[in-house]
Amino acid sequence: MFRRLHEADGKAVRLTVDGRPVAAREGDSVAAALLAAGIVVCRTTPVSGAARAPYCMMGACFECLVTIDGRGNRQACLVRAEPGMAVATQVGKRELGR
Amino acid sequence: MAGSERRDYDLAVIGGGLVGSAIAWGAARRGQRVAVLDEGDLAYRASRGNFALVWVQSKGLGMPEYAAWTKRSSDAWGGFADELRAATGYDVAFERPGGFHLCLSETELETRAAVLRRLHNQPHMVQYPYEILDHDALAKRLPEIGPAVMGASYCPLDGHCNSLRLLKALHAGMKSEGAAYLANRSVEYLERRAGEFSITSASGELRAGKVLLAAGNGNARLAAMVGLKAPVRPQRGQIIVTEKVRRFLDYPIATLRQTDEGSVLIGDSVEEAGFDDTVGLGVLSTMAARAVRMFPRLAALNVVRTWAALRVMTKDGFPIYDRSESAPGAFVATCHSGVTLAAGHALFLAPMLAAGALAPELAVFSARRFDVSQAA
Amino acid sequence: MSAAPPLKDAYELVVIGAGPAGLAAAALAATLGIDTVLFDEQPGPGGQIYRAISETPLRERRVLGEDYWHGSALVEPFRTSGAQYVPGASVWSVSRAREIGVSVGGAARLLQARHVILATGALERPCPIPGWTLPGVMTVGAAQILLKSSALAASGEVVLAGSGPLLWLLAAQYVRAGVAISAFLDTTPRGNLQAALPHLPAFLASAYFRKGLRLVREVKRRVRIVRNVAALAARGEGRLEAIVYRAADGVERQLAAEILLLHQGVVPNVNLANAIGCAHVWDERQLAFKPAVDEWGMSSIDGVAIAGDGAGISGAEAAEHRGRLAALDAAERLGRIDRVRRDRDAAPHRTSLRRAERGRAFLDALYRPAKAFRIPHDDVVVCRCEEVTARQVRESVELGCTGPNQMKAFLRCGMGPCQGRLCGLTVTELIAEARGVAPGEVGYYRLRPPIKPITLEELAGLPKTAAAVAAVER
Repeated sequence: MFRRLHEADGKAVRLTVDGRPVAAREGDSVAAALLAAGIVVCRTTPVSGAARAPYCMMGACFECLVTIDGRGNRQACLVRAEPGMAVATQVGKRELGR
Repeated sequence: MAGSERRDYDLAVIGGGLVGSAIAWGAARRGQRVAVLDEGDLAYRASRGNFALVWVQSKGLGMPEYAAWTKRSSDAWGGFADELRAATGYDVAFERPGGFHLCLSETELETRAAVLRRLHNQPHMVQYPYEILDHDALAKRLPEIGPAVMGASYCPLDGHCNSLRLLKALHAGMKSEGAAYLANRSVEYLERRAGEFSITSASGELRAGKVLLAAGNGNARLAAMVGLKAPVRPQRGQIIVTEKVRRFLDYPIATLRQTDEGSVLIGDSVEEAGFDDTVGLGVLSTMAARAVRMFPRLAALNVVRTWAALRVMTKDGFPIYDRSESAPGAFVATCHSGVTLAAGHALFLAPMLAAGALAPELAVFSARRFDVSQAA
Repeated sequence: MSAAPPLKDAYELVVIGAGPAGLAAAALAATLGIDTVLFDEQPGPGGQIYRAISETPLRERRVLGEDYWHGSALVEPFRTSGAQYVPGASVWSVSRAREIGVSVGGAARLLQARHVILATGALERPCPIPGWTLPGVMTVGAAQILLKSSALAASGEVVLAGSGPLLWLLAAQYVRAGVAISAFLDTTPRGNLQAALPHLPAFLASAYFRKGLRLVREVKRRVRIVRNVAALAARGEGRLEAIVYRAADGVERQLAAEILLLHQGVVPNVNLANAIGCAHVWDERQLAFKPAVDEWGMSSIDGVAIAGDGAGISGAEAAEHRGRLAALDAAERLGRIDRVRRDRDAAPHRTSLRRAERGRAFLDALYRPAKAFRIPHDDVVVCRCEEVTARQVRESVELGCTGPNQMKAFLRCGMGPCQGRLCGLTVTELIAEARGVAPGEVGYYRLRPPIKPITLEELAGLPKTAAAVAAVER
C-alpha cells in the first residue's frame, strides 16, 4: 500500500489500532500510520455502511474518521500519532460518549 | 418547462414552501389546475429552516381555536403521511411518541406548569392529556438527561417528522398531480381583472381563477394588491446541527431532537432581527450550553452545521387565513407552524380553497382580528 | 513541550493559513510593526505545497525538487519577523465584524482582528469517477503529503490518473524515489492543446515551460503514459482492485491496481470566505468559484482580504507576491504607511507577480478538465458524505430545484461534515447542465460557521451577551 522510503529512519511511535500493535514513526499523522501499517479501511459510513479510507490527507474530505483514545470521529490526518495512542476503526454512526 | 406552461389555472399559489405546497397538493388532488410560483435558490424559505416538530402542547394560549386547529392537524398527520407515501414513495419519517419540554430550573418548571394550566383553563379549550414530570419521573423515559434538568411537561400528542423530506414529497406529489411548479418567479405584481387574477413576474404574466398568497414574509407586500391584510414580520430562529450519532433519543423535545438520519438538532431562539438571517455565536453558544446541561453526553459531539431562518410571525403568533372581500377568489394563508399544520392545510384547508370559500370555523383566523384590537 | 505565548484578545492583523501567501503576508506585516498572528491548521508551516518543509524526513533533496525547497526561504523570514505563530489552530469562524473563532488543543475561543488576511489556499478539484469512494483511491495531493511528511510512497500496483502539472510533478517525484508506477492515465482532452495555442507565446517565455518540459521528459522515460483517456472507473469489493479505462482507440481496458492517485487541478478553498459573506464569482477559465477581490486582495467585506490560491489559482510563487501585496494594503488601512509608500513598496511585488503569472493562462487552457470528469453520469456518487448520486441531483432539477441550496434541502447533499468541499462544484455544474444555464447563475452552497467542526462543549463555552441569552432563555 504505502512503504517507507528510508526504512530505518526516525524514532518509532508505538500505538495500537483495534487493539493490535502498530509502529508509526515520529511526525506521522494517525492516517499516515494507518496507511503505513497496511490498514486499508478506517471506517464504514453512517449512511450505507460503505467502507472508506483517507482520501485527501489535508482535512477536507472527512473520510479518515477514526476513534482515538475513546473519542470518535477524529480526522486521523490532522492528529499526530503519539506513543500509546489507542486508535479504533469505526462502524457506522458515532456513539454517544465515544 | 416553458412549452408546457398553460396560461389558465384554477388556482395560483404564490409560495412553494410548506404552506403553499401542502395546499397546492391538496387542491391538485381535488382536480384543481394548480400553478405554484416560487422564488430562486437563495430565498428566505422558512421551510428550509424549521425544527420539524409536529407539536401540540402549549399552543393556543389566547386563542383556543388555534389549539383545536393544531390538534386536528396533529391527529390527521399520520394519515397524511401515509397518503403522501402512497402517492409519492417518500416516507417523511413521522413519529408521534409524545414530546417533552425540558426545564432547567425550578422557575422554568413552575412557569411551564402555570402556562399549561392557564392554557387548559381557557373556555372552549379542546381537552387533551399532558403531564408535569419531576426529574426522577423524567429520567425513566429519558435516561440520558443530566442532573440540571428539573423536570418537564409531556404531551402524548407531540411528534416530529423529516421536514425536508416532507417538502420534497409535497413537491413530488403536486407535480405528479399535474400542478405546475414555476421557480424563479418572484411575483412583482398581481391584480384582479375581469373576473380572474393576473399575476406578473419577470418571466411574464399568468392568469388564474383564484390566487392563494402563501409567500411567508412576502405576503405583507402582496396582500394589499388584492384587498387582503397580512401583517407578518420576520422573527429569526437559529439552529445547531451535530454529526450523526447512534439513536439515543426516542422522543422529540421542544428545543432538541434527534432526526431519523441520526443528527441532533438544537434550538430554540427568538430574535427580532428584521431580514437578517445570519447566525450569531452568542445565541448558538447559549443553545449549546442548554443542550449540554440537558444531555451531558452530547458535549463531545461535533457541530457540523448551523443556520438561521426567519419565522413568519403575526402579532399574536396565530395563523392568518383570509378571503378577500374586494377581490373575491384571493386568499391568504400564513403561519409559523407549517410543519404541524401541513396535514390540516393539505386535508382540510385545500378542499376549502378548491371550493372557493373558507369554512366558518376559520373566521377567527381572519386578519380582521387585528383591526378589532386596534379599535379597542 | 515549550510554552507558547498566550493568545491575546485582539490583534491588528490575523492571517489564516501558513502556505506561501500567509507566510509572506505575515512576515511583511510584522516587519512593518503590525501586531500579527498567523493561525495554521497544520503542526508546522508550509501549507500544502511546502508541507512539512521544516521537518520533512526525506533526506534526498532531489526527490521533491528545488521548487519545494524554496519554501524554507519563506519560513525563515516569517519566524524572525515577530509575528506570533500558532500551529494546530483550527479557525472555524470569522464574522463580518472580524471576530475570529479559533480552536487550539480542543479549546475554542474568540478574538478580535482589525484586519484579516485569508490565505487558506486551494483544494483538489473533485474527481467524481465511478468507484472514487473506494479505499485505495486518493488524491495526488494526498500522496505528496505522505511523501513530504512521512517519507511514505505508494507501493504495489500504483496508477496515476487525471490531468495537470501536479500530476506530472508527483510522477517525477515518484520516479526519483524509485517508485514503480503501473500507468499514468492522462485525461487531458485532445482538443485542449489547440485551444491553448493563443497563450503559447507567454508560456514559452515563462519558467513553467522549461520546468514542465523537464518534468514531462523525466516521467516519460520511465512511466507508461496513456493519453486521451476519456473514461475512467475504479472497481473493487470494499477496496480498490482494478481500474477500467477507455482511451482514444475506444477500447476498454482493465488494470489491476491497489492505489489510484487522482488529480484534475486545484480550485480555491472558498469555505471561510463564503461563510463570512464575501461575494464570489464564477471563473469560467478555471471552472471554479473564487472570491471577488481587488488588486490588493480586498474582498467585498471591509477588512477581510484574500491572498494566494484562495483568491484564484495562480500557483505557489504568485501566492507569495499576492501575500505581500495584501500585507502592504493592510498596513495602509491600519494607518502604518500611507498610500504613496504602499504603492511604491508594492511595485517590485507587482512585477514579480506578473512574471509568476506568465504562462498560467496556457496551463489553465491546456489542463482544462473534461466535462465527463466534472459532470458524471447517473450512478456516480457526487456527495460522498451523504452518498448522493448524480442521478438524484438530476431528478431534483426535474422536480423544480433550481440551485444547490434548495438541492441541499431536498437531498442532503452538501450537509455533511465536508461542507461541500468535495461535492460543491460538481453539484453546481450538474444543476447548470440540467437547467441549461451558466454555473455562475446557479450559484454555490451558502455556508455558515463553524467551517471546521467544533464540539458542542466548545461552542457552549463561548462568551454570551445578555441579549443572546435572552433570545434563548425566555
